[in-house]
Amino acid sequence: MAQIKVDGELVEVPDHFTLLQAAEVAGVEIPRFCYHERLSVAGNCRMCLVEVKGGPPKPQASCAMGVRDLRPGPNGEPPEIFTNTPMVKKAREGVMEFLLINHPLDCPICDQGGECDLQDQAMAYGVDSSRFHENKRAVEDKYIGPLIKTIMTRCILCTRCVRFTTEVAGITEMGLLGRGEDAEITSYLERALTSELQGNVIDLCPVGALTSKPYAFQARPWELTKTESIDVMDAVGSAIRVDSRGKEVLRILPRLHEDVNEEWISDKTRFVWDGLRTQRLDRPYVRKGGRLQAASWGEAFAAVAAAVKKSEGTRIGAIAGDLAGIEEMYALKTLMASLGSANIDARPAGSALDPRAGRASYIFNPTIAGIEKADATLLIGTNPRREAAVLNARIRKAWRNGDVAIGVVGEAADLTYDYTHLGAGIDTLADLAAGRNDFAQVLKNANHPIVIVGEGAITGASGKDVLALAASLADGKDGWNGFAVLHNAAARVGALDIGFVPGRGGLDTAGMVEAAGAGKLDLLFLLGADEIDMSSLGNTTVVYIGTHGDAGAHRADIILPAAAYTEKSATYVNTEGRVQMANRAIFAPGDAREDWAILRALSGVLGHTLPFDSLQALRANLYGDFPHMAHVDGIAAGKAKDVTALARAVTPKKSYALVSPVSDFYLTNAIARASAVMAECSQLMAGMKQAAE
Amino acid sequence: MLTDKDRIFTNLYGQGDWGLEGARRRGSWNGTKDLLDKGRDWLTNEVKASGLRGRGGAGFSTGLKWSFMPKVNDGRPHYLVVNADESEPGTCKDREILRHDPHHLIEGCLIAGRAMDAHTAYIYIRGEFMRERQHLEAAVQQAYDARLIGKNNIHGWDFDIVVHHGAGAYICGEETALLESLEGKKGQPRLKPPFPAGMGLYGSPTTVNNVESIAVVPEILRRGSGWFAGLGRENNTGTKLFCVSGHVNNPATFEEEMGTPFDVLIDKHCGGIRGGWDNLLAVIPGGSSVPCVPAERIKSAHMDFDGLREAGSSLGTAAVIVMDKSTDIIKAIWRISAFYKHESCGQCTPCREGTGWMMRVMERMVRGEAQKREIDMLFAVSKQVEGHTICALGDAAAWPIQGLIRNFRHVIEERIDAYTYKSTSDGAVPSVAAE
Repeated sequence: MAQIKVDGELVEVPDHFTLLQAAEVAGVEIPRFCYHERLSVAGNCRMCLVEVKGGPPKPQASCAMGVRDLRPGPNGEPPEIFTNTPMVKKAREGVMEFLLINHPLDCPICDQGGECDLQDQAMAYGVDSSRFHENKRAVEDKYIGPLIKTIMTRCILCTRCVRFTTEVAGITEMGLLGRGEDAEITSYLERALTSELQGNVIDLCPVGALTSKPYAFQARPWELTKTESIDVMDAVGSAIRVDSRGKEVLRILPRLHEDVNEEWISDKTRFVWDGLRTQRLDRPYVRKGGRLQAASWGEAFAAVAAAVKKSEGTRIGAIAGDLAGIEEMYALKTLMASLGSANIDARPAGSALDPRAGRASYIFNPTIAGIEKADATLLIGTNPRREAAVLNARIRKAWRNGDVAIGVVGEAADLTYDYTHLGAGIDTLADLAAGRNDFAQVLKNANHPIVIVGEGAITGASGKDVLALAASLADGKDGWNGFAVLHNAAARVGALDIGFVPGRGGLDTAGMVEAAGAGKLDLLFLLGADEIDMSSLGNTTVVYIGTHGDAGAHRADIILPAAAYTEKSATYVNTEGRVQMANRAIFAPGDAREDWAILRALSGVLGHTLPFDSLQALRANLYGDFPHMAHVDGIAAGKAKDVTALARAVTPKKSYALVSPVSDFYLTNAIARASAVMAECSQLMAGMKQAAE
Repeated sequence: MLTDKDRIFTNLYGQGDWGLEGARRRGSWNGTKDLLDKGRDWLTNEVKASGLRGRGGAGFSTGLKWSFMPKVNDGRPHYLVVNADESEPGTCKDREILRHDPHHLIEGCLIAGRAMDAHTAYIYIRGEFMRERQHLEAAVQQAYDARLIGKNNIHGWDFDIVVHHGAGAYICGEETALLESLEGKKGQPRLKPPFPAGMGLYGSPTTVNNVESIAVVPEILRRGSGWFAGLGRENNTGTKLFCVSGHVNNPATFEEEMGTPFDVLIDKHCGGIRGGWDNLLAVIPGGSSVPCVPAERIKSAHMDFDGLREAGSSLGTAAVIVMDKSTDIIKAIWRISAFYKHESCGQCTPCREGTGWMMRVMERMVRGEAQKREIDMLFAVSKQVEGHTICALGDAAAWPIQGLIRNFRHVIEERIDAYTYKSTSDGAVPSVAAE
């Protein structure tokens, strides 16, 4: 620890702190543009200048100068800095004036207006008039992709975007060209950026040079209602803020959560909101004479009731999709039980995960923040860059920080960090487990190994084998549990937590589809499930409870329109097992209702009234059955012995490649598939891939 | 006044052989091993005692700079980097050393390397210096062939010299920008601290020295620090290469004792001012970045670090630019402003925005198309740039303008008056409008 006086106040701070951080500890705010605590220090905006007592006769950049760089006073007094002297005031005014002379001052037509660092700091630290009478510099706008709009004349060259893309996103496609006055920020040859995290530069840009293209000229920040919520585009559960006006979501921004997403979100999370408006199911439909026809809720419920009446419990099934919340799955599970059916499943892809093997067998035990502690990481059949882009950035961060050996079993994709490609198939994994591989030794010697198993690797006939092999590799020292399942759907861990899997004698997803094709299933409930093979469901009556006119709705015989994740209060559990709460920002369109309420109303019509009539009552029941659900943002840790129990040696009968189930980052769920922005990104990416080949 | 026997650079004009043979005849590589054998501390202390101050412009004690290198090697290599990116307008001293006396530099590198525990030296040579590079590379090769440097050389101190060619950016003469450029990155100055002596080239301890600072070291050590300290004035010892350009009868680069009065310097080496001493207007005594000094104050000024500081300027690189009364001093300083605007790297705000602003105001002042209050504004802007930037380029851009305003404010005011006098009630000036 080091002592330092800031404006006369003595504070004690860690040795590695910069003057700017020390000032923050002392409660003194120092203006800055280029400095960002998660990026490297550039020290180029010169806004954070402070006066150092006994130092050189010129002000020092507080973001770059460390506390330990200062010398103590002649009698050993702690070093002293000032942020309120005439020298500092003059320096700030000077820098502010320089920043503004070539800035267009087009705030009235700038999307950053109202949340602009330059605007705010000009108010706080600038002078009221300009002495600049020359012509202002103009800079041509650049194309850097369909997501980010550039107005480069506004750029103050802080290089935050360059540092973010290079350091966090891991693409070296942005840079500063030219020098002096003619310096410009651009992407390589003005091509679209190829990162899944590029949208974050919009938040990082302190001025209006980089703004959101889809959100351009939509709203002013002060008109928007801000709702803190959780993202469901992947299983990371990034903390987000949903900005809405009236009945529309206008943008989605990240919220700070150190243990999950830090302050980044993926482009899918950020730009998917236009998909919330299109292809929406806003009224019930019932299929009559082969065609779906609009119906009232009463007619739709009656149609379901008629189908239930004709059938019996064992001939009814339910499948929950990727975006379902805990509440509706709990309601559906309860309803199915009262109908006498054990045919429920929430693993449309058919993964080998089984809640009966204990919580540790299906969550990301080391936690996302724990990735930074790892000294060896093994990726099995997963492409985290596509499946969980923010989590991939965390792996990259760990890789940049120090010595972490990374191995990959699966496809050799560009993950933005270096790794050893060990092989593509299950035989490589068996070799590793048997110690017949150099990387096996690395894992064995590691104190904190992490073995990340993708959902794609544990589907199919040998899924259980892959899971067993992975578990046998995840042994750490000192009680470290390195077994990490990387899910790619927000609903999955929650569904496993509440046991939304086949009961005794029940059918799983594949079983239900097969039974449906063979005419052994009369009625199938799809709770937002679009990821199963709709063409082989035979003559089964399909009830689709969901939000978008996607695969499930097309096959459905009865459609019950439900609410999307921004339109309901729902609980989700992310891949770490962290319980999270999404909040309602807007109301569902038209006649659509919250999913749990639909199921509650339906249960009444079916004569099996569910034992709750409010969300609170539902949650009280839920928390009674599953107490850990009550601890929002908490993780009920898995037991390491469950992982040990899972482990066993396997000799694969035949080898096959372990591939990630996500081939297109932008189109993984019904909301994303309805989004025009995501479609454009997807096409662009496909074109780039083609061009590269 | 320097006598011939005290001269260090005896082949400054290239009359003799610049190669190894010629250099040996002139005394280079004589007893180098004995010097090296006296050890690191002796070498550093001897250079310290000689009072040698860095010849690149800042005038920091060379010996002291060497002593900042870590005493104990922590496993990282130490590097010596020689700054041969001589780009300051008016300066043409290093190129003469590189062309005509390269072995002074190479021998100096070896000795300096020994003094800072470095086994590798990089010489970063300016992009435009083609012939200089050829000579230097040839000379380095000669030294390798004669086993004066390299692995297992006759001096017993393994030493490699790498000659690196820059691409011609002025900012790469700044020591940390030079290191960036040497590492293959964009030439933008680094933040200090950490200083190069702690973390420089490739993150290792590095000392960056000017060509002349290194090239004089072997002679100092051979003749003894007392000899060098006996030349010049106190705290401003030794000899120095001066490059006089502009309105003198014979512009020249020559070696002279530090502290020689300006008039002696000009009369002895340059044949006097063009049109006589009464025709002298002003002098920029240390390369384009230092403030100009009006005739009456420069004439008897001592040409060394402290003497010129008293005169309100700086010795810089001792590139003396003489301007007689035919000079449009505002335009001359505008041209310098334009240079710094062009060479600003664009990294930090005050310099990037300020150099262009200052140049444009100067551009108007050349025509007189300005308000008198803008003179004070320009001065304030230059003060806003000075001392607020990462490197010294901001200072370098500000000082010439400050010198102009301090010393020639009346000229600017007269120009503005003349322009205003010609203007009509609309403010337009017919002669300019007609252009």
